[in-house]
Amino acid sequence: MSENEHHVVSPLLYLGILCALLIFTGITVWAAYQNFGPFNIVIALLIATIKMSLVILFFMHGKYSPRRTQLVIISGFFWLAIMLGLTLADYTTRHPEPSRSANPPAIAIHRA
Amino acid sequence: MHRTGELFGQYRTLEQQKETASLGMWIFLVQEILFFGGIFLAYTINRHSYPTAFGIAGNMLSLPLGAANTVVLIASSFTMAMSVWSAQTSRKALVTISLIATLLLGGVFLGVKVKEYKDKFDHHLIPGHGFDITYCSRNPAACHLEGKELSNEVEEIESGIKAEGGETALNAHAQLYFSLYFGMTGLHALHMIIGAGLLLWLILESRKGRYDANYNTPVENVGLYWHFVDIVWIFLFPLLYLINRHLV
Amino acid sequence: MSGTQTSTGGEFKLPREHYLNATYGIRSWLLTTDHKRIALLYLASVTFFFFVGGIFATLIRIHLLTPAGYLVTPETYNKLFTMHGVAMIFFFLIPSIPAVLGNFLIPIMVGAKDLAFPKINLLSWYIYLVGGSFVLYSFATGGLDTGWTFYTPLSSIYSNSAVTPAVIGIFINGFSSILTGLNFLVTVHTMRAPGMTWFRLPLFVWAHYATSLIMILGTPVIAITLLLAGLERMFHFGFFNPAYGGDPILFQHLFWFYSHPAVYIMILPAMGVISEIIPTFVRKPIFGYSFIAASSIGIAVIGFIVWAHHMFLTGEATYAAIAFSFLSYLVAIPSAVKVFNWTSTLYKGSISWDTPMLYALGFIGLFTIGGLTGLFLACLGLDIHLHDTYFVIAHFHYIMVGGAVMGYVGGLHFWWPKITGRLYPEFLARAAAIILFVGFNLTFFPQFILGGLGMPRRYHNYPPEFQVLNVMSTAGASILAIGYLLPMIYLTWSMRYGKIAGPNPWPSTGLEWKTDSPPLTENFHETPVVDWEPYDFVHRPDLGLSGAKAPGKLAPAHGDD
Repeated sequence: MSENEHHVVSPLLYLGILCALLIFTGITVWAAYQNFGPFNIVIALLIATIKMSLVILFFMHGKYSPRRTQLVIISGFFWLAIMLGLTLADYTTRHPEPSRSANPPAIAIHRA
Repeated sequence: MHRTGELFGQYRTLEQQKETASLGMWIFLVQEILFFGGIFLAYTINRHSYPTAFGIAGNMLSLPLGAANTVVLIASSFTMAMSVWSAQTSRKALVTISLIATLLLGGVFLGVKVKEYKDKFDHHLIPGHGFDITYCSRNPAACHLEGKELSNEVEEIESGIKAEGGETALNAHAQLYFSLYFGMTGLHALHMIIGAGLLLWLILESRKGRYDANYNTPVENVGLYWHFVDIVWIFLFPLLYLINRHLV
Repeated sequence: MSGTQTSTGGEFKLPREHYLNATYGIRSWLLTTDHKRIALLYLASVTFFFFVGGIFATLIRIHLLTPAGYLVTPETYNKLFTMHGVAMIFFFLIPSIPAVLGNFLIPIMVGAKDLAFPKINLLSWYIYLVGGSFVLYSFATGGLDTGWTFYTPLSSIYSNSAVTPAVIGIFINGFSSILTGLNFLVTVHTMRAPGMTWFRLPLFVWAHYATSLIMILGTPVIAITLLLAGLERMFHFGFFNPAYGGDPILFQHLFWFYSHPAVYIMILPAMGVISEIIPTFVRKPIFGYSFIAASSIGIAVIGFIVWAHHMFLTGEATYAAIAFSFLSYLVAIPSAVKVFNWTSTLYKGSISWDTPMLYALGFIGLFTIGGLTGLFLACLGLDIHLHDTYFVIAHFHYIMVGGAVMGYVGGLHFWWPKITGRLYPEFLARAAAIILFVGFNLTFFPQFILGGLGMPRRYHNYPPEFQVLNVMSTAGASILAIGYLLPMIYLTWSMRYGKIAGPNPWPSTGLEWKTDSPPLTENFHETPVVDWEPYDFVHRPDLGLSGAKAPGKLAPAHGDD
């Protein structure tokens, strides 16, 4: 099972991916100034995920890698999802406390 | 140091050696996903708890600098990929040039980061003693704030104080944001510095003509690491810089 | 060479060249990349930390002889149990079997000359030493009083003990674990000899593969967690400090995301050891090989989704708690599969009572008790009463000591002939195993009762009515100590004066038993080609085990008569 040593990706493809990444960066900055309400974060993370996928698939040769490598990559993200997902599952189901800001913290502000 | 294509003792074939090195680097990167993942979790939970304070604090970051850094890092990923291609096609001079370009772009990134950190220091935004989210709105001259920007910020702070229930609370939660900001970008910068060191090593080795179609594993593997560091920034940028720009 | 011979001294000679005499001098050891030598370097270091942890345990048990506890102050008592936990968990239990037995055996078991990354293997050891030094420094300069769980904000703000060097040390040590796991995973994937397919691998390798998965996926999270806690302590960052709006519960989630799977890092390798010992001393193939292999992976995976069972009493929503409770019951299933399979292997086997077998049988019983009591704790209604009591302590010591440590000691005995070329004194070894078993149960069984009666953990004193049980526990501990000291003495003795073992004293069927005892530095004279199934005691002429007799008719295995 050979790694991608036999697969040489053309610089033109790399250039294409570079342009795509720059365009998506522009889009995400633009989208940040539009008011999509609660979807702003969703859009931002979606764009970031697309950019990440482009980097993994093409710059890191993920698309041309053996199954085993692809499984390794997916497992990493799957485990991250477990950590984030189950922790959030606990947090979002806890009984809401009275607003913490009702009791200001004890740390005073020092002005220079 | 071994020459191009030499087999290390514990391997039976060059193929096995290359496969092993690649798999090793990918597994290392998976471990890095979980490492950064922990602090991303901390960020997620805290932002979920204090969206207003996080939005106000996030707006204190310089969007132009952050966006510029994003562009710089993406470009450096391109040059890194080009160095791998150059090695795979035995263009030895181009290997060195691409690697140097990558290193320089990385240097620009780190330089910008230094400027950003310095700004935070000047604006009393370093967590700990002296942290004051309202410093800039009270001392606009010191922060080079004027006109619309200034009035936006003052308004933001005021509504933030109302939403969070007091200036102390807002300040505390904003400090939480900046703790995460420095933690996450600091960790990222540390990884970039390590990457820069690896690039320097590759540049020196490539000058000796070590990397070509027969043997380019170190270039590929350092490339994987460098792209990973780029990916972390791809997420840091929107999460830290683009929280509430639409509410300003 | 034949397995049916007894190794009555004089029969075998040590090989002329082997990994111990291949090169001489301290540099050849400190700069070695030979996985076998690195294993011995680890053996020395983990034994040292075992002593350190053991001394703290001794002080705890002596202190708890009396209800009012006159040996140390309450503050010092907090330090004793904390340092006992930190030393034992991070510097003994987690590295022990993987770094000593795993390092030594995995390359040989897969038929390779060394691990995938021998230099990284050595680096792992040095990282372990650096991490350990930071922690020892912490112990020496004020100790630690936060509990090994480092809950915030006590650890990150209020504690006056030497928390910072300790978290730095554990952080650094984490990378030793990560690199070891990385090395094992890649080795199993890419370094197997021709014919060594996945389902011909010894179960010891499967167990370490599963362990390595956990090391890679879990350890980085404790690293970042301790880093954040350290930053909070050093720079007042505020992630876990309620005064800043930070959240101690976040620390607990991050901490337990690793520390629960960590307990599987500690037990899976021991299970791998048992899977090697049992077939050897029963002289038949293990029952349900593929189920045992799959259950190792199952434990590793499911082990990652149960961590919040450590947080049942922190205000979890009922449904979230039910979900974690259910998942915790689920993770017991693959463990039970193993216990059933080991037991089934015994059926109609030809059992012999050599020392490793005594440890393995002890493991099965004690691990079962420990595992079942884990289910008691996973039950929400019971956990409310049992959380933070001695019941929990007894539960995890049954698994960690009755399970993992017995697996480690049993494994050391089983492979001692391979590692050193010599046999230990069998009668003394069996006696020590029994002493250990008796001492262990006397130490920890009373603690189940104490916990059920309500004695809290981490308290320096207790109500007078608990004294009898505490005294029993301390008495047991002194017997347990003898059970540990004896092997340390006779194993050391045997390195010089033990009978020469020959390549395959038991005999057993793994690839490691085809090498010399001790093996060559390169392990094999030539790359082995595997064409046999694992644990086959009948069709192995290369080991002198041919003759298609029914398993029950074969003579039992024996080491030193």
